[in-house]
Amino acid sequence: MTTLLALPYWQETGIKLGLALAVIPTTSLILVYLFLFKMMAFMQSRLGPNDTGPYGTLQLIAEAIKFLQKEDIHPEQADRRVFRMAPVVVLASTFLLYVVLPAGPDAVVENLDTGVFYAMAVSSLSVLGILMAGWASANKYALLGGLRAAGQLIAYELPLILAVMGVVIQAETLNLQGIVEAQATGEIFGFGAIGNPFILTQFLAFLIFMIAAQAELTQTPFDMPVAETELVGGFHIEYTGFRFLLFFMAEFGTAFAFAALASVMFLGGWWIPGFDVDDNILNVLGPGVMLAKILLVAFFIFWVRFTYPRLREDQLQKFAWKVLIPLSLANIVLTGIFKVVF
Amino acid sequence: MTDETTTEETPLADDKRERLLNDLSESFGEILVESHLRPHEDVWFRVKIEAWQDAAMVAKGAGFEYFGFLSAIDWHIAPEGRYEDTEFDAGLVEEDDEPVEIDSSTGYGGGDTRFQMLMQLYSLNEQVGMILKADVGDDMTVDTVRDVFPGADWHERETHEMFGISFRGHPTLQPLYLPTEFEGHPLRKDFPLLARQVKPWPGVVDIEEIPEHLEAQLEAEVMAAFEANEGGS
Amino acid sequence: MTATSDREQMAYVSAQAADARVNVELDTGDMTLNIGPQHPATHGTLRIACQLDGEQVVVAEPIMGYMHRGYEKLCEVRTYPQCTTLINRIDWLGSFANEVPFILAAERLMEVEAPPRAQWIRTILFELSRIANVALFLGDMGVQIGALTPVFFAFRDRERVLNQIEEVTGGRFHPNFDRIGGLKDDIPKGWIEETRSVMVKMRTFCDEMEDLLVGNEIFQARCRGVGVIPPEVALGYGLSGANLRASGVDWDLRRDANPGLSWDQVDWRVWTHPDGDSFSRYWVRLQETREATRIVDQLLDGIPSGPIMAKVPRIIKVPAGEAYISTENPLGEMGYYIVSKGDLGPFRVKIRTPSFNNISIVPWVMRGVYVPDVITILGSLYFILGDIDR
Repeated sequence: MTTLLALPYWQETGIKLGLALAVIPTTSLILVYLFLFKMMAFMQSRLGPNDTGPYGTLQLIAEAIKFLQKEDIHPEQADRRVFRMAPVVVLASTFLLYVVLPAGPDAVVENLDTGVFYAMAVSSLSVLGILMAGWASANKYALLGGLRAAGQLIAYELPLILAVMGVVIQAETLNLQGIVEAQATGEIFGFGAIGNPFILTQFLAFLIFMIAAQAELTQTPFDMPVAETELVGGFHIEYTGFRFLLFFMAEFGTAFAFAALASVMFLGGWWIPGFDVDDNILNVLGPGVMLAKILLVAFFIFWVRFTYPRLREDQLQKFAWKVLIPLSLANIVLTGIFKVVF
Repeated sequence: MTDETTTEETPLADDKRERLLNDLSESFGEILVESHLRPHEDVWFRVKIEAWQDAAMVAKGAGFEYFGFLSAIDWHIAPEGRYEDTEFDAGLVEEDDEPVEIDSSTGYGGGDTRFQMLMQLYSLNEQVGMILKADVGDDMTVDTVRDVFPGADWHERETHEMFGISFRGHPTLQPLYLPTEFEGHPLRKDFPLLARQVKPWPGVVDIEEIPEHLEAQLEAEVMAAFEANEGGS
Repeated sequence: MTATSDREQMAYVSAQAADARVNVELDTGDMTLNIGPQHPATHGTLRIACQLDGEQVVVAEPIMGYMHRGYEKLCEVRTYPQCTTLINRIDWLGSFANEVPFILAAERLMEVEAPPRAQWIRTILFELSRIANVALFLGDMGVQIGALTPVFFAFRDRERVLNQIEEVTGGRFHPNFDRIGGLKDDIPKGWIEETRSVMVKMRTFCDEMEDLLVGNEIFQARCRGVGVIPPEVALGYGLSGANLRASGVDWDLRRDANPGLSWDQVDWRVWTHPDGDSFSRYWVRLQETREATRIVDQLLDGIPSGPIMAKVPRIIKVPAGEAYISTENPLGEMGYYIVSKGDLGPFRVKIRTPSFNNISIVPWVMRGVYVPDVITILGSLYFILGDIDR
């Protein structure tokens, strides 16, 4: 690994932290604008925001200001400390996810050797925050939403991890950079020009990963915990203003992070065919490539979200335990066999 | 698709309903007080109040198994809230001691008391509707028909709060619409419509009688317009 | 389908008994959850007090009256033509259809019959308000179950129908157009052609809904076998409209007890479904909307010429008597029992609204279902709050 500037460790960390902190609001804003405002409006034959700024781009700023202006309300019976902490915990899980997301050979906050393991671990931290929010709100809807979320996130954590196992077996590493490298240097029956994006060999795992990610993000077929028409928002029903904005940002930030994980593990990550894996130029081009791939994956996530009705809680659990987990286990077995045979 | 009701000159004879009327009168037997038939419309029966539940069962047995609604009529002729008497409304006249004036002479199936039960049922096979009536006695209590037609549950609750009629055997006669602390029975004729007492109904102006000398002229205009329309389009 | 719910309910009861034995020491009390009065699924201010055991509903009791306006009392102090203004606001999505049975009842007492042209236009407007009303349901059911998109399509296409109603009556929501003896006005020029093209669009809309929802596996999983109402129960509770026909009862007032509109002049059919679950209620409504567009098409072809008002006195006094007329409104059977004493206004009006009876089955049908099913069942029973509370 080469570095352009030799900086002391603390300076480097400072810059990386600052970048990561700036990236989360930006990425969630991009998703909100592109998909929630524009794509959703287009699908539903509406106009979407179009008055504030060119194509309504400034609408986001207006929304953010609106949220900041709102009064910060606590329910009278709420457990105040927990109530205030909950959105921070949820957002922290998103922040921690960003630490290992690579956007270039060196463009990564921390290149952990157990990157996949780490990402899966911190992504499930958000359950804690959601449960805290559901319990502390002193609201029955919130409680139901929190419990549903806990049940659902745990159930879908398993297929998510098991799906990733297939990739890990094939790449023989838990390091996300290593997975990108494995895809870049891989060959498809001796044809190596585009590497070997794991979506080809691990298509089943990709599907399971996407479905489970949809559930982890509580997006629509699996949005029972927030179900607007039923639990009226579920665990974040009592949150207003800035605290709600934190939940909102965490939701979209995590969506971005999961799309990034999917593109790293299945779509080849930041690597561009024709370049060396540790070519320095990829530190500049890589983020662009990643963004394109992430938006593509996110498009599918949101497409499904705007199209499907939601599953019932019991159906959702059945689907996880009876369909996704056996399938992902089968995938691991198959991958293992192929790994040994070839 | 029957077109019996839309033909211009409906013959007065209506065999189906007459046959039904006779059959049902027989089944009701002693409990029937009076019946009425308007050809090609519903059939009216008035039964004894003690047999209200039995009548419902007999009707159900005769094929009238589709429950329409259940309610009551207050035949008390009360001046409150009537459009002609806005002056009265404004004045809040006390007339508690006067006997209640009842006029149910215009009701089909007749009636003797102030309150009358009303239930509508359909026979899906015969495609005929039936109105069942019963005079409510002084004890203001009727047997519930909730066990015969479960849908009557809410209708009886509504009738209870609106008219003050109790239903024997109904487990939850709590108010359906009104707040728990509400006093009075709004659909009784002697329940004053407060809005009218605060402010006379402005709509009265709309139906003011046309002056005598203009009536003939206006009528002629309307008829001319009508005939012009009939010729055209 | 029926078997599922029976079996589930039996299983539920035995599970309850088992739980009770286990929970002697560990008391898992039921939780009371108030769905509403302000809740997106209640289309207004209906409140459903649910006793929950975990996610399962033990008892669900609707509590209403938050919007009770006392129309039966108010009608008693108004003249007949003034009543239609109130009546418009009962089922506010299909207003024109509300006026018709009241006017027909008054006409029957007066022994007046509207001219054929008025009857045809009445029937057309009646069916248009049915389409406008049910189209919203077709989209809204999706939202209840979590699919956001269909309702926007419904609002988009419903607007076209409302425009057509507005062109004739001058009112989008509350036309107040029906008069004793006929209609206020004739239809404007070019309206027939426009309506025809709107009907084509509405059929496309129905196809879209079929693609988006009916064929969707998740939609089916959420709706099939949920909220099963057997026919005999439906009759006992006085369910009407599509709710009754979805239980397999072949009963449509338009065909079986036509009170004097032009449905018998056209060729159409009554749709029923044997299952009686939420899905069949949706399906029947979808087919009925299609059928309604066909009825309108046929009626548009054959509007007779002639006057649109019968000869009625300027000041309407309805002779003494009683009449009950009900029609097959978008939500179900809506009827008016009018007691007249020969005055300018009715002596007593009993308004039989479809939603009141349709919702009264809620405590029966919601035993032992899951909380999400409460929303599915409420959505599929399709009520309008003004129609319950009057």
